[in-house]
Amino acid sequence: MTAVTAPLRPPIWRRLVGFNLLTGIVLGIGGWYVGWFGAHAVVGPSLDYFGDVDYNELSVFMAYIGGVVGFLIGLGFLNYPARRLLGYPPSLREKETGGWARYFGLCTDHKVVGIQYLWGIGLFFFIGGLNAMLIRFELLRPTHQVFSGGTYLTLVGMHGTMMMGMMSSGILGPFANYLVPIMIGARRMAFPRVEALTFWLLMAAGAILTTTIFFGGFPTGWTGYEPLNVQAAAGMDCYILFFALAGISMTLLGLNMIATIVTMRAPGLTWMRLPIFVWGVLSTASLMVLAAPVLIAVLSMSALDRAAQTTFFSASGGGSNYLYENLFWVFGHPEVYILALPGFAIVLELLPVFARKPLWGYRLAVAGLLGVTLLSWMVWQHHLFVSGINGDLRPFYMLSTELISIPTGFTFICGLMTLWRGQIRFTVPMLFCLAWFFNFLLGGLSGVFLSDVPSDVTTHGSFFSMAHFHYTIMGGLVFTFFAAIYYWVPKMTGWQLNETLGKIHFWTMFVFFNSTFAPLFAIGFLNQPRRVNVYAHTLQFLNDWVSVSAFCLGTSMLIFLFNLVWSLAFVKKPALANPWASRSIEFQLPSPVPVHNFDRIPVFSSDPYGYGEGPVPQWVPAGAPAGRD
Amino acid sequence: MASQPTAATPPRDSVNHGLRFVVAWLVLSVIATPLVVIFVGPILPPGNMTTQAHEQIYDNTWLAAVSTPVLCLVVVFLVYAFVYFRAPKGGALVDGPPLREHAGIQVVWIVITSVTVLMLAAFGTYQLLQNGSGGGQGPSPVAVPAGASHNLAVQVIGQQWEWTFRYPSFGGVETHELVLPQHTSVTLHVTSLDVVHSFWAYQLGVKADANPGTDNVAYVQTRGPGTFQIRCAELCGLFHGYMFSTGRVVSATQFQSWAKTQEAIYKTIAKYVPPYAKTYICPAAGTSPTCSPQPTLRGG
Repeated sequence: MTAVTAPLRPPIWRRLVGFNLLTGIVLGIGGWYVGWFGAHAVVGPSLDYFGDVDYNELSVFMAYIGGVVGFLIGLGFLNYPARRLLGYPPSLREKETGGWARYFGLCTDHKVVGIQYLWGIGLFFFIGGLNAMLIRFELLRPTHQVFSGGTYLTLVGMHGTMMMGMMSSGILGPFANYLVPIMIGARRMAFPRVEALTFWLLMAAGAILTTTIFFGGFPTGWTGYEPLNVQAAAGMDCYILFFALAGISMTLLGLNMIATIVTMRAPGLTWMRLPIFVWGVLSTASLMVLAAPVLIAVLSMSALDRAAQTTFFSASGGGSNYLYENLFWVFGHPEVYILALPGFAIVLELLPVFARKPLWGYRLAVAGLLGVTLLSWMVWQHHLFVSGINGDLRPFYMLSTELISIPTGFTFICGLMTLWRGQIRFTVPMLFCLAWFFNFLLGGLSGVFLSDVPSDVTTHGSFFSMAHFHYTIMGGLVFTFFAAIYYWVPKMTGWQLNETLGKIHFWTMFVFFNSTFAPLFAIGFLNQPRRVNVYAHTLQFLNDWVSVSAFCLGTSMLIFLFNLVWSLAFVKKPALANPWASRSIEFQLPSPVPVHNFDRIPVFSSDPYGYGEGPVPQWVPAGAPAGRD
Repeated sequence: MASQPTAATPPRDSVNHGLRFVVAWLVLSVIATPLVVIFVGPILPPGNMTTQAHEQIYDNTWLAAVSTPVLCLVVVFLVYAFVYFRAPKGGALVDGPPLREHAGIQVVWIVITSVTVLMLAAFGTYQLLQNGSGGGQGPSPVAVPAGASHNLAVQVIGQQWEWTFRYPSFGGVETHELVLPQHTSVTLHVTSLDVVHSFWAYQLGVKADANPGTDNVAYVQTRGPGTFQIRCAELCGLFHGYMFSTGRVVSATQFQSWAKTQEAIYKTIAKYVPPYAKTYICPAAGTSPTCSPQPTLRGG
């Protein structure tokens, strides 16, 4: 881009004053207290509300809503609308500010938001993982070990909620935000400010969930079932606010992705030339847009039950806990495909690069992604097979649940056939993708047991189902998340990751992942329900085995963290523009990608999978449109 | 590493990889599937204490048998590909053949997966509709075993954090232990006084959620005598992990004498216990005399 003379750097205190993260935190805390005392002023005259139980739910909700509003104002989200209202011309000035400060404030460059997401989600991923370590520590002994029952359930709930709520955006947040505009030949997302908003909302939500420990935690796990929900202490409000805010973030993220992919594709990029990753993002985004609002609705009803004494979910007041369960799983089942589908897409995107072959059966792969998207709406009551709801619908839900393995099978056959007669290179991202086949296969096959009602009677709500979804989500999503990190982070940061450490990370993670979760199938088969802190003495050996494996798995994550920090902060070995010899367009750009992505908008003449079909086509022919932001 | 592979696609070797893979897969599947049925089948849960539990073992064995060739397919494919299709170490970057699709393979794959899936769903539906497979079916069950109206009725009440049991045919006696006569058809009415629990009688092959205000019905036909474990399978709060007990299946005469003893003990406290009802939470609070006092929910 054009050379700019370095501006004079103002003193450090001057740089800290302004609309940035620090101001956001200060105004967030201020807004929290405004909401807290404001609600108390409405509900009761006294201000002495900091005793043990002398709070009300309304003040907790209002405090956090005030906090989030203050946080967003401090970050500068109101600046643009305020300027427009005052008659100033529109500008995209936020995008131009350079340096590290970009990463600690509102930035509308999609590449900055992607990297913000990567670190932000990574932070909460490690907090969630730490919770899992503590859970497994408690389960070293069949009876009471360290934590009280309430603390144990809070750990379980925080682990589940944080992983579900955060990792829903685990691929779309960092990688789709960064890559989709590049892959479709655009210079930005359709709504850059909304894009930044989704990130900061998610961070606010994560902070709120973490503060649940100051309000007694919550006992419900990530499902938040009523009426246990309405019994719980104020920590439950943090769960509700976290998931509702994460839901808003997901909805906006999904809308933004759909709008971008539908409207901003470069000339020549027809639907059948779209990278399969973009198809996966589109499928996931459409699930987000339709599912997350249901979550927001059901949590709003929960909040009303808790704060305003409505009885949507209390049988004693004419409500029904089934209403909660149905609404929750109407969101909850598409949610697990929100987690799984980006994994499918990454596997299909990366295999052609490392097998040196075109993606086999492109149309079938797209059909698979769309088929899963459609069918995932029709399966939610398999979570309620033994709940006593509408018994005559169970054959239908059994059928629809098993049908979803057909489009999932499309992904398998396309991936496997891409390997067939290829020239397979076992790079670190490829290893993670190949592990996906094994992990997701075991997850899928165990899912058959859960979808079959007679088998589900035993496996439902046991460690078997817990092992099943860890195989699909950790084995499916987290492995591909790491594949994506090893594959794209050199492109995003401009620095290489250490390959030897990456291989050590992969092999320890693969071995200890299976060593952790495979025995859990047996533990569930042998009568251990989920979320218990007390179990049969006969199962202690298996539980201890799982705990020790889990600690090793945690150590494997530390190897990754070390690799990341070591390679990016200390070694700083510059990455090649195209380290994997990929034909995808992002690798035809320099590393890291320049601020405006393309000097000229590219014109596409094929999909990015033409391995063995001649040289990479010229993306930017002379006379291509210069485009605009 | 060059970003532009220069070499053309590798020469097509004379080996028929497809045939070799299919043969390897078939051989492994034919060996592995009977082994799974013979050796894994018997150790699959949940036990033989009821007809329903026995049928679940049968189901689990079938599903394990169907899963085995699928597992073999992917594992054999991956191993075969790793051995024969790996790029030579240190060699120049070579592209594979540009195979983009194959209609025949796609059609065969779709047909095989669809047939397998439909067969599994039909099998599961058939098994379910015979007698409900021990799962909770709600207040109006659809999979009712023959002669269920003559069953021994037992009510299972979940509350934070224990299970109690009522026998309407013995004056509504409420006990802390679940005792069932052997070789008897039993109708379990599962309900809750507070939050959602899940009644999991492992060896009986029963799981039914206990919902406040709902009568969740499950059927079992007991077999020989023995003991079984009961756990709560739905997170119900602080002492969820401690919500377990042990039940017994005993002979008919032992059951009769146990029930008579319990009834005699119960007579002294019966007036403090609400009369037997399908559920103990009424929709409109306090309007019906058969309803117990409302359980205390903090409610914000």
